[in-house]
Amino acid sequence: MSGVKLKGVRKVYPNGAEAIRGVDMDIKSGEMIVFVGPSGCGKSTLLRMVAGLEGISGGDISIGDRVINDVSPSERDVAMVFQNYALYPHMSVRGNMSYGLQNRKMPKAEIDQKVTDAAKMLKIDAYLDRQPNELSGGQRQRVAMGRAIVRDPQVFLFDEPLSNLDAKLRVQMRIEIKKLQRRMNVTSIYVTHDQTEAMTLADRLAVINNGLVEQMGAPMELYTDPKTLFVASFIGAPQINLIPVKFDGSTLNCGSLKLSGFSGLPENTELVLGVRPDVLAPNNAGQFKMRVDLVEQHGGENLVYGALDGVTNDDGDELEICMKAGKDMLPDLDSNLTLNFDPSTAFVFRKDTGERLI
Amino acid sequence: MKRVQFEHSPIPYLFIAPQIIIIVIFFLWPAGQAVYQSFLLEDAFGLSSKFVWFRNYSDTIFSAAWLQAFGFTIIFSTIVTFLSLGLALLLAVKANEVIRGASTYKTMLMWAYAIAPPVAGLMGNLMFNPLIGDMYVFMNSLGFDFDHKLDAYDASFVVILISVWKQVSVNFIFFLSGLQGIPKGVQEAAVLDCKSSFRRFWTITFPLLAPTTFFLMVINITYAFFDTFGIIDTTTQGAPGGATTTLVFKVFQDGFRGADIGGSSAQSVVLMLLVLGLTVIQFRFIEKKVHY
Amino acid sequence: MNRTPISTHVILICGAIFMTLPVWVAFATSTHSAETILRDGLQFWPGGHFIETYNEVLFVAGGVMKKVTAMEMLKNSLILGIGFAVGKVIISMLAAYAIVYFRFRLAVPLFWVIFMTLLLPLEVRIIPSYKVVADLGMLDTRAGLIIPLIASATGTFFFRQFFKSVPDELLEAARLDGATAWGFFKDILVPLSKTMIAAILIIMFVVGWNQYLWPLIMTTKEENYTLVIGIKQIYQVLNEGGELPQFQKAFALTILATLPPVMVVLVFQKWFVKGLVESEK
Repeated sequence: MSGVKLKGVRKVYPNGAEAIRGVDMDIKSGEMIVFVGPSGCGKSTLLRMVAGLEGISGGDISIGDRVINDVSPSERDVAMVFQNYALYPHMSVRGNMSYGLQNRKMPKAEIDQKVTDAAKMLKIDAYLDRQPNELSGGQRQRVAMGRAIVRDPQVFLFDEPLSNLDAKLRVQMRIEIKKLQRRMNVTSIYVTHDQTEAMTLADRLAVINNGLVEQMGAPMELYTDPKTLFVASFIGAPQINLIPVKFDGSTLNCGSLKLSGFSGLPENTELVLGVRPDVLAPNNAGQFKMRVDLVEQHGGENLVYGALDGVTNDDGDELEICMKAGKDMLPDLDSNLTLNFDPSTAFVFRKDTGERLI
Repeated sequence: MKRVQFEHSPIPYLFIAPQIIIIVIFFLWPAGQAVYQSFLLEDAFGLSSKFVWFRNYSDTIFSAAWLQAFGFTIIFSTIVTFLSLGLALLLAVKANEVIRGASTYKTMLMWAYAIAPPVAGLMGNLMFNPLIGDMYVFMNSLGFDFDHKLDAYDASFVVILISVWKQVSVNFIFFLSGLQGIPKGVQEAAVLDCKSSFRRFWTITFPLLAPTTFFLMVINITYAFFDTFGIIDTTTQGAPGGATTTLVFKVFQDGFRGADIGGSSAQSVVLMLLVLGLTVIQFRFIEKKVHY
Repeated sequence: MNRTPISTHVILICGAIFMTLPVWVAFATSTHSAETILRDGLQFWPGGHFIETYNEVLFVAGGVMKKVTAMEMLKNSLILGIGFAVGKVIISMLAAYAIVYFRFRLAVPLFWVIFMTLLLPLEVRIIPSYKVVADLGMLDTRAGLIIPLIASATGTFFFRQFFKSVPDELLEAARLDGATAWGFFKDILVPLSKTMIAAILIIMFVVGWNQYLWPLIMTTKEENYTLVIGIKQIYQVLNEGGELPQFQKAFALTILATLPPVMVVLVFQKWFVKGLVESEK
């Protein structure tokens, strides 16, 4: 069992583009780490650098005690599950799962045993002699995982493996992956752009933006204690409400909106107030009003969307906010709701650096 | 067929008519004539002809000259196919790996497709010409007593060399395209699963190239059987002593030079059946295994 | 990923040299005088006789009967190449359209008739083909040169493949808009096929230009020779002529015979490869 260490890792492409701009990370043995971030942030690149499919321009990557910068991918003892499964089309399921072990000169009996065990674990033992093009997406996904499992590697790498599955299957597979990883206790790095997957799968989460790790920590830690505006807006569904504000010494102001309960903030600076939808609640003594535009009924809860009264955003349009409420909250459209929130549950960020002040 | 089609009307017949008419006049009718003539024996002046059933066929097939041409054609086709496929595959694999200079290499390796076989033949002929040809000098300097006008092996060498040279381009184009059709993910998975690039090539890349390879084999065999006529006609002319005569060259020789219409027609028919048989074998036995 | 190893470049360079050297040498040698060549053999560097030699070859009548210049042969080759390409595209598109988009009683048998032409290469029906053309009085004519060549199935298969990949919805939408069979073909299918047509035209131009056997037997007059046939004449002159072998002219002719199709291929490389590769059935 091994952890993975990244020290000052950088990736620069021949045309000068910097994909990874200095990443430090200490992944403990058996941990499930999720890299999450928007498209192009570098999360896949970082994963592929651990796999050896991309070269390392600077810094070190170690698996266990071994620095693996110059070690070839097949000798790093890592196994990868690809987004498009990447099954060998001309081999049966059994062949796909055995190939890596055959190349490592494992005795045939042992290979067969491992393949059968893994297939049973993933419930694909009935398909062992089928070809990939005879399988459904979900089945192929399992085979891809089976191929990784039989390798019994020190590190599992997942590159957005669930992106190509339909929604229901995605939820099912997500749970299975989590259970599997727990059971096998193998260090895992999982890349996704889906924040729900990230939140539910990770022991620790790394939010990556523009080639840098903005914050790394347990999911709830990132949810309740985001260090930057980016992390706060990326984590949490529905997205956090963001209101551009200025502090005048006593209240946060935006348009005709005045919010009290804040102190210690710099004046005359552009700030952003972040309020999560679930901390908003209707309250007749509330600090601001919302005009209801839309109510989404999700079954167990409702999302109320509306325009914040007295406030416009940079383009001069109304500012839309969202409130999460119980299933009985059914205000009429175009009605006005008075809302309130506990200031201690809100975040205030600097607009220029994204740094969180409160 | 398409799900949506036009209903009955004379229009499709109008559209397809030009091609069908030309085919009937210039394909089917002559082919039928060839078969018919293969059963005839014309006298020396071409004035009368006698129906001789299969005598032309037996005379032909059991003649030493025809058997020699048959043997040479088979060996020649096999060697040319394998060599040009092998070379092209090697070059395509390497060209696929290269980043810098990739398009230059590709252009330089592709262009020979456009040259006509007889032109290639003549160029090669001149290069082996005893008077001026460096290749002639080169081969002799290697210790071979090289004379492609006299020695059957030397003549075969020249013809094979030129034939392979020309065909590498076509194979290269298709192999390269086939290689680029292999999904990148599959290649990366293979990198993780297998250290040796040599082994990776034979267990993953080559099997996935099988449809392309199969297709090229059919093309190459057709090329070796038929298109090399131009090369032979401008180099050895089938000499010495019929050593470099392919079946198709013999058809031409006997028909146009020798005026043996019956024999030549019989040879045509046999050749056609041979190619038909080869094609059927290839499709029956190999095509199924080759598609994923 | 690692940098490409030297061995890869070495192999590719060897391959590139193998493929291009012969033609380069042919060109270089063509620019020297006959004496130089006879004295020193093949040349690797261009000499000073480029204009003189090519001028002579192009504009001074050569050949066995001394009746035709390379310029005229070039013209003949061009006409053959273009005529063949255009003819083939037209015939094949029409036939493929009928096969793919229509349901008619003779569809299947006619399709097989067309397919059969693949099994009947010219070499197999050479003599009777000659006779048919001679009987029709088409020997030594442009029509006789081009028409018998254009109906083979390759073009039809290209377009059949392509048409099959065109979405059905297009035809459905067109019918709702009141298009006739000819209208759909003319206004929608043909414009859609532009890239395919370009690719096929390019390939077929090369194929037509490079035709050898058929022009060889059905042109009897030297004025009608194509460049590629002219090559054969050189061969004969070389072997039988008593004069000083004019190797530089021989090479010059091969270069002229090679240049246009190669230029076409190089300039239109992208389309060319696309069309060639999409023929994979």
